[in-house]
Amino acid sequence: MHYFLTEEQQMIQDLAAQIAREKIRPQRAQLDEGEEFPWELVKVLAQSDLYGLYIPEAYGGMGGGIFENCLAVEKLAEACIGVATTFAASGLGAYPILLYGSEELKRRYLPDIAGGQRLAAFGVTESGAGSDVSGIQTTAVKDGDDYILNGTKQWITNGGDAEIYSVLAITDRSKGPRGATFFVLEKGDPGFTFGKKEKKLGLRASSTRELVFQDCRVSRDRIIGREGMGFIVAMKTFDKSRPGIGALGVGLAQGALDLAVEYARKRIQFGKPIISFQAIQHKLANMATQTEAARALVYAGARFLDSEPADMSKVAAMCKLFPGDVAMYVATEAVQVLGGYGYMQDYPVEKMMRDAKILQIYEGTNEIQRNIIGQELNKEYGRLKESFF
Amino acid sequence: MPMHIVVCIKQVPDAKNVRIDPNTNTLVRQGVESIINPFDLFAVEAALKIKDSDGSTRVTVITMGPPQAAEALRETISRGVDDAVLLSDRAFAGADTWATSTTLAAAVRKLGDVDLVICGKQAVDGDTAQVGPELATLLDIPYATFVKKIEALDGKHLKVIRQTDEGVEVWKVPSPALLTVIKEVGEPRLPSLRHKMRAKKAEVPVWGVEALGLDPEKVGLSGSYTQVVRVFSPPRRGNRVMLEGAVEEQVEQLFRYLKEAKVPGL
Repeated sequence: MHYFLTEEQQMIQDLAAQIAREKIRPQRAQLDEGEEFPWELVKVLAQSDLYGLYIPEAYGGMGGGIFENCLAVEKLAEACIGVATTFAASGLGAYPILLYGSEELKRRYLPDIAGGQRLAAFGVTESGAGSDVSGIQTTAVKDGDDYILNGTKQWITNGGDAEIYSVLAITDRSKGPRGATFFVLEKGDPGFTFGKKEKKLGLRASSTRELVFQDCRVSRDRIIGREGMGFIVAMKTFDKSRPGIGALGVGLAQGALDLAVEYARKRIQFGKPIISFQAIQHKLANMATQTEAARALVYAGARFLDSEPADMSKVAAMCKLFPGDVAMYVATEAVQVLGGYGYMQDYPVEKMMRDAKILQIYEGTNEIQRNIIGQELNKEYGRLKESFF
Repeated sequence: MPMHIVVCIKQVPDAKNVRIDPNTNTLVRQGVESIINPFDLFAVEAALKIKDSDGSTRVTVITMGPPQAAEALRETISRGVDDAVLLSDRAFAGADTWATSTTLAAAVRKLGDVDLVICGKQAVDGDTAQVGPELATLLDIPYATFVKKIEALDGKHLKVIRQTDEGVEVWKVPSPALLTVIKEVGEPRLPSLRHKMRAKKAEVPVWGVEALGLDPEKVGLSGSYTQVVRVFSPPRRGNRVMLEGAVEEQVEQLFRYLKEAKVPGL
């Protein structure tokens, strides 16, 4: 389908597709099998300017928005969402600085993130704080002009491999939701170490580690925004980043669909290509329709969110929710179309099915996305004077 | 001193899709996508590597070809090349390697201030590997072929490492010089978004016979010393026997065959 992209957006798509085809696709099975961090691909992506798509030109970026970033993420994800997540997670780590950081923090960190010289990461989740972000236990205690961090962040994407971390800590528990603050942490800060690399069902090219803070002292100029703004920074970051997760889902679904259709055209059973059978045709038709619907939602949503509307959360949640479910469905069906071959590691669809599951879990489970959408509907309709009965 | 490098490239049919017309025994070029000769992409990469280490280096890419060859030049700009010039004129059509080199040499001279010319070791369509050395000869500069590594020594010399069938040779080459490179110089980088945007807008000047100050009789078909009389697929060789079994058995069979064939000395 034609989405009326500008010439520049078309270039972004073409370039990301070329990287996916020439560099990621040939390596994805090996990266998955060996749980290797894709440093070589990070270098290729850094050189491509894609890391800076959503970062203003003043900070070394390309001056685009959520939509441009989604176009690149989608194409990379067609080949491997492990690599694409490594790429996208740097953006998740950068958004708090971009949205609320002081001019000094922006100048210090954004150019390197935009150029891919340093990766960023986002540190919020803890063992006791998953869907319930308010449950975080990591503290940052004021000590003169410094803050001292203690606690452990869990399952942090790019953890250990990134250089720049946006980390949420409690600065004043008595203030409840206004008692949390984001800090920029750098790999190498004294008292900041990493736990072991997690072993995962899928997304195995992406690294996931604990961030451990033991009397980690940082100066107050590392605060993102102001003290107590942490939860607002987190929510606004998710509003910007969630369409990117949707784009990962669209890409994964397209990658699985491509393989399923190609296979169905070639696989002969009962003397015919299996695509000639209605059972397979209907499967492929559903897969293709769902994928296109997910893409249309992400594109429309990302463009809308780039217009800086007052309420972003509902659309951002929709852009994350639907493509994640579509990716899981399409990848599972692709395995079914390929049958026994689909279940074998010699073919790429079993990896896609393992990978797809994370899209319904990370950056807010799809249940949480439904909660957000439901709550936003309640607010929206509460404001209406009109009755529809 | 900022170095100026010229890279010569050629568009070739994408080898993955080449077919031979069984009736005429010639390459079917219709509908076959053109790509940049793979070895020329290594030449571009070699030049960009030098530019990486010294940002003041300027890289200009030239090609002789039809107007659509400008697309190939733009592709090299999208990978980081500074400028490109297209050498295009009806008079250039049908050129053999000598006439091609004559045209390229005129372009390098017109560019002036050139410190280094880099070519791929050969083009995958003609496979002659002649244009590089011929171009150097016409420019009257030294050349080294099959180069896998280039280092700038002082402002006046290059250290190059050649890979030959016999081994590795290390040469000190005075500049200006011409090098032809092999794939070991490094995998060609992909485009970047900024360079792609620059490539889209870039002006690619077109130089013809007149701009290059060339005699139309010395270029193209009329300036060619060689002509392709016929292109054909080699006839399939019949009577082939595949040896089977353990190595010892195969050796015995081979010996028997050779003896039956009355090979001298057996």
